[in-house]
Amino acid sequence: MDQLEQLREALLAEVAGAADLTSLDGVRVSALGKKGRITAMMKGLGGMDPEARKSAGQAFNVLKDEVATALDAKKAVLEESEISARLASETLDVSLPVRPVTEGLLHPISQTIEEVVEIFAPMGFEVAEGPDIEDDFHNFTALNFPPDHPAREMHDTFFLPRQPGGTRHLLRTHTSPVQVRVMQDKKPPIRILAPGRTYRCDYDITHTPMFHQIEGLVIDKAIHMGHLKSCIIEFVKAYFELDELPTRFRPSYFPFTEPSAEVDIGCSRENGELKIGAGADWLEILGCGMVHPNVLSACGIDPDEYQGFAFGLGVERIAMLKYGIPDLRTFYDSDLRWLRHYGFAALDVPTLAGGLSQ
Amino acid sequence: MKFTLSWLKDHLDTDADLQTITDKLTAIGLEVEEVVDPSAALAPFVVAEIVSAEKHPDADRLKLCQVSTGTETVQVVCGAPNARAGLKGVLARPGDVIPATGVKLKTGKIRGVESQGMMCSARELQLGEDHDGIIELDDDVSVGVSAAEALSLEPVIDIALTPNRVDALGVRGVARDLAAAGIGTLKPIDAAPVSGTFDSETSVAMRLSGDTAHLCQHFVGRTIKGIKNSESPQWLKDRLTAVGLRPVSAVVDITQYINIDLGRPLHAFDTAKLSGDVGPRLASDGEKITALNGNDYTLTDAMLVISDDVSAQAIAGVMGGESSSCTEETTEIFLESALFDPITIANTGRALGIVSDARYCFERGVDPASTIDGAEIATRMILKICGGEASHLAIGGAAPDIGATVSFRPTRVGQLGGIAITADAVQEILKRLGFAIGNAESEAWQVSAPSWRRDVEGEHDLVEEVLRIHGYDAIPVEPLPRPAVAKPAFTDDQRRAGVVRRALAGQGLSETTTWSFLSSAHANLFLEGSAPVVLENPISSDLDVMRPSLLPNLIAAAGRNAARAMPDIALFEIGPRFEGSSPGEQTLMAGGLRAGQTSPRHWDTKTQPADVFDAKADALTALKAAGVQTNRLQIGAAAKAGAPSWYHPGQSGTLCLGPNVLAEFGALHPLTLKGMDVDGSMVGFEVFLDRIPKPKRKSGPARAKFSPSSFQPVERDFAFLLDEDIAVDDMIRAVRSANKTLIASVDLFDVYAGDKVEQGKKSVALSVRLEPVQATLTDNEIEDVSHRIVAAVEKAVGGQLRK
Repeated sequence: MDQLEQLREALLAEVAGAADLTSLDGVRVSALGKKGRITAMMKGLGGMDPEARKSAGQAFNVLKDEVATALDAKKAVLEESEISARLASETLDVSLPVRPVTEGLLHPISQTIEEVVEIFAPMGFEVAEGPDIEDDFHNFTALNFPPDHPAREMHDTFFLPRQPGGTRHLLRTHTSPVQVRVMQDKKPPIRILAPGRTYRCDYDITHTPMFHQIEGLVIDKAIHMGHLKSCIIEFVKAYFELDELPTRFRPSYFPFTEPSAEVDIGCSRENGELKIGAGADWLEILGCGMVHPNVLSACGIDPDEYQGFAFGLGVERIAMLKYGIPDLRTFYDSDLRWLRHYGFAALDVPTLAGGLSQ
Repeated sequence: MKFTLSWLKDHLDTDADLQTITDKLTAIGLEVEEVVDPSAALAPFVVAEIVSAEKHPDADRLKLCQVSTGTETVQVVCGAPNARAGLKGVLARPGDVIPATGVKLKTGKIRGVESQGMMCSARELQLGEDHDGIIELDDDVSVGVSAAEALSLEPVIDIALTPNRVDALGVRGVARDLAAAGIGTLKPIDAAPVSGTFDSETSVAMRLSGDTAHLCQHFVGRTIKGIKNSESPQWLKDRLTAVGLRPVSAVVDITQYINIDLGRPLHAFDTAKLSGDVGPRLASDGEKITALNGNDYTLTDAMLVISDDVSAQAIAGVMGGESSSCTEETTEIFLESALFDPITIANTGRALGIVSDARYCFERGVDPASTIDGAEIATRMILKICGGEASHLAIGGAAPDIGATVSFRPTRVGQLGGIAITADAVQEILKRLGFAIGNAESEAWQVSAPSWRRDVEGEHDLVEEVLRIHGYDAIPVEPLPRPAVAKPAFTDDQRRAGVVRRALAGQGLSETTTWSFLSSAHANLFLEGSAPVVLENPISSDLDVMRPSLLPNLIAAAGRNAARAMPDIALFEIGPRFEGSSPGEQTLMAGGLRAGQTSPRHWDTKTQPADVFDAKADALTALKAAGVQTNRLQIGAAAKAGAPSWYHPGQSGTLCLGPNVLAEFGALHPLTLKGMDVDGSMVGFEVFLDRIPKPKRKSGPARAKFSPSSFQPVERDFAFLLDEDIAVDDMIRAVRSANKTLIASVDLFDVYAGDKVEQGKKSVALSVRLEPVQATLTDNEIEDVSHRIVAAVEKAVGGQLRK
C-alpha cells in the first residue's frame, strides 16, 4: 500500500502546486482522466482475488474522492484569485461624471394654471376656453361695458383692422368673454374656470402687452356673496399653502359684476422683503363680484331666476407672489437661465394629494 | 383724489381719528391708496427770520443773510430773489435732510463765505412746485416754532376712485359716504342764492340744438365786477398746495378749490377779453385754441367748446383757453358753471391727450344739481375773498332730471349678499346715502336716487349700496355646495395638451412662453404668401403681427440665448397660432426648437448637433403623448405632403393620418434663419393639437384582454437593396403588411450606400420578430413568412433581397 500512499502524496502535492486553472486541469487529467494514474491503478484490480480486490478497491475510492475534493477546493481558490486579478485590472475612476441627460422644465405660467385648476376642480369647476381674438360683443358689450364708457378706455385694447362690413375685432383684454361664451352655450348650473392669454396695449415694469388671467364663474339659483367669500378664502389659503391667511373684501367696481369686490391678502413688508401671511400690510390679489344682471340677460339667462359670482386673477401676479419672481417681463424672455431657475420638473405635477408645490 | 383731514372735517362732524377714518374709507369702497404725512419729513426744520440781507462780497446774485431762530443767529448764503430782511421762512441747518433731494445739508463755503444753513423753497420741502424763491410765511408766525406747525401741515389722504363713484368726486361726497357709514354727521352747506344787484352784461348763448342739445343741457353764469384778483389767503393756498395744486390767483384758486371740495368744475373768464355772449357750441373741424397749459389744440366737430360771439374760449369741461384767462389785473369776471355730456368730454380729453380735474369729474358724471349750487357757493367765496359785486345769474337750459327711481325688493339684499339685514336697517342705510323711499310697506319699494347718484340704474345698484355700507366683512362665509367626488375639470383636449407639455419636458425640452405677436418681417418668413394678421395699434413695430407659427418666436429666443453664450438649447411652447382676424381662426400648436449640440461635451459620449431626427423624435413624442398611435402615421416628405417652405427641403417632413397633417418637422431653412438674423443651424417641429382625432372612449377604461404568446418568438434578419430615393418607411410598411398577425415588430438596424453596393442603390437591413399565437412556428412556416416579406418588399418598393 506504500505505492498508494506515495501516489496520494504526489497527487496532493501536485494539486497544491498548481499555479493556475490550466495546470490544475492538467493535474486532474493526469490523476483521474482515462489514462490517469489512479485510473491506471484501478485497472489493476481485475487481476486480484475477490478479498484483496474489495479492500484495494475501497482504498482506491478513498484516494479518488480525496484527490477530487482537493481539486475542487483548489479550483475554487484559483477561480477566486483569477477574478480578483481580473477585477483589479478593470478599476475605473468612478468619480468621472455620468453621461449627460438633458432635463426639460415647465414654465411657471402653465404650472400655476394647473395648481389653480387643481384647487377648484374638487369644487366642481370645469375648465373652459375661448378665442384670443374676440369681437366687441363678447369682450365688452355683453359684459355691460356701455359704448364709449371710460372703463373701455382703461382697457388699452389692441384692435385688428376694420373688416369690409365694418366689424372690428380685438385681442381679448380679459378672460371674461369666455364667461359669455359659456353662458350662451350652456344652461345653469355653471361652474367654470377659464385660463388664457389676454392682451393690453401697455408695456412697462409692471405691465406686458400679453399676460394670463384665470376667470371663474359660478351660476345657479341661490349662489350669494357668502359663497363667493368662502370660495376665494379657501382658494388663497390652498394656493399659498398657508393654514391661516387673512383676507379682506373691499367694495370695488367692475362693469360686469355688482356688487363688486377687490380681495386683499395679508402680507408683511420688512427690509424690502414681501412675505405673504398675517402681517401689517395688505396686498391686492384679485377682483370678483356677483354677476351683473345685464350680463346674465345679454347671455340669455334670466337674472330673476339665476344669479352667481365671477372672479378673475392674474396668473403671472400670483406666480410672482408665490415663487418670489421679481420681474414680470422676464416671464416672456425665454432666458434659459431663468427657465432653469424658476421652472418645474416634468414629473412635478401639482396635486392636492401630494401637495401643490414641492 | 387727495384731501386733508381738516378739509374733510369742514363737511363732516366727527371725533374719529385718522386710522378709523381711513379704514372705513377702504371698507366702503373709497380705497385709501396712501396717507402721506409731510410733517414727518419736516420735523427738524424751524421758522427763522432774516435779520439782515447784505450783498455777497463776491457774487452779484447771492446775498449774505443773518438768520435768527430766536435762540441763535446763523449766517446763510442765499440766492433767492425774495431774500430780504424781515422775511420769515423755513431754515434747514447742517445735518437736516432736504426732503426733495434726500441730501443731508452740510456747512459749506459759497464763493468763499461760510453758509451755516439754507432758507428753503417750497419745492425743496416738497410742499409744491414753487422754486422761484424761498418760502415766505405770514408775519404773525413765531420765530423758532417747527415749520410743520407754522405751515399747518397735516396728513394728506389719497383715495382711488372707481369709475362708478360719481358721488364721491368731491370732499363733500366722501364726507357724505362716511356719515352714511356711521362716521360722524354731514354738516349743512350754504348754497343759498346770492342776490345779484344787476343783470349780467354777458349773457348765456346756448348754441346747441336738436340732436346736440343734450351735450350741454344746463349752462349758468354771472358777472362779478369790481373784484381784486390778488394772491389767495394762506389757508386756501395751503389746502391747494397740500393736495398738489399750484395756487395761481384768488379767482382761479377758488374754482380749483370748489372742484376738489364739491366735485363741481367751474371756470372764470375775464370779461374784458370776451366779445359778446358766452355759451356752449360744437367746435368746427380744424378750429384752434390755445389752452391754459400753453399748448395749441386743433379741435373737431365732435368736441364741445365754450365760445363767445367770436371764438372758442374754452375746451368745454376739459380746460380753459388762454386768451380769456384771469390774471392779477382782472377786475371783472364771468363765472361759468355747466353740465356737459360725460362721453363727449371723455372722448375730447382722450383725443387731445389732456388730463385735468374738470375732465376727471365730467367724464364720470357731475351732479346735475350742482350747476347752480356750485355757482352760488363759488360766488359767495369770491365776494368774500376778492370783493366786488355779483350780477343776477344768467341761465341757459335747465337741470335734467337724472336721479332714477328704482323698484327695489329689500329681500334681494339677503338673496344676493347672503346676509340677513332687516328692512329697517336697509331703509336707514339708503336714507343716509340720500335715497328717498316710497311704498315701504310693500314688497317692492320705490327708491329715488339723489341727483348725485347718476350711477344708479337698478335694484342691484341698491343692493351693492346697502352691502357696501353695512360692510362686506359682515357677510358670513358659507361653503359652496360641492360634489362628493368631482368630475374631471379638464376636457379630453385640455388634458391632452397637459400631457404633451410634460412629455416634451421629459424629452429634454424646456417650456417657454412667447408673445402671440411678432414683427411682420419675421412673420413673412412663415406665411408662404398668405396674408398676415396685422394689429391696427401694435405696441411697437416689432410686435405688429399675430404669429402664424410658433417657430419664429422660438428661433428668436434661441438667438437671444446664443447671444448670452448659451447656443445649445431645446425649447418648446404650447399656444395658439393665428390664421385670420376673426374669433376662432386660430389653432392650438405644440412647437419646439433645438439649436446647437444635443448634449454638452462629455468624456464618454460624442456631441452631436441637433438634426432632423431629433425634431422628428420630438414631434413623435408629442403625438404619442396626445394619444396618437404613431405606427399608423404616414410620413410626408418633399413633393408628397412635405413640410412648409421655412424648412430645409431635403431634411424635413410631415406626420399624417391620411390627408390630415398632424405635425411638421425638419431642419430650418438656412434662408429662414438668415432672415431672422440668427446663426448656426436649428431644427424644429410643430404639432397641430387641434387636428388630432378625439380619443375614442367607447369601451371605457378597460384594456383589451392580455394574451401573451406561450410559444417561442423567432427573429429573422433581412437585407434589401433599394433605389436610393425610396423612403425606407414605405419598405417597413410593406414588411409589416406581409403578415399582420405574426409580425410583432420590425427594427431597422442598418442603412448603407457606398462602394459595396451598386451606384444609386442603398442597402437596408432589418430585423423582424415573429410572435406565434397558436403554435410554435415550423421551419416551413418561417420560410413562408420570409418569402412573403421578400415578395411584399419587391412589390411595394422594388427592393431585392441581398443574398
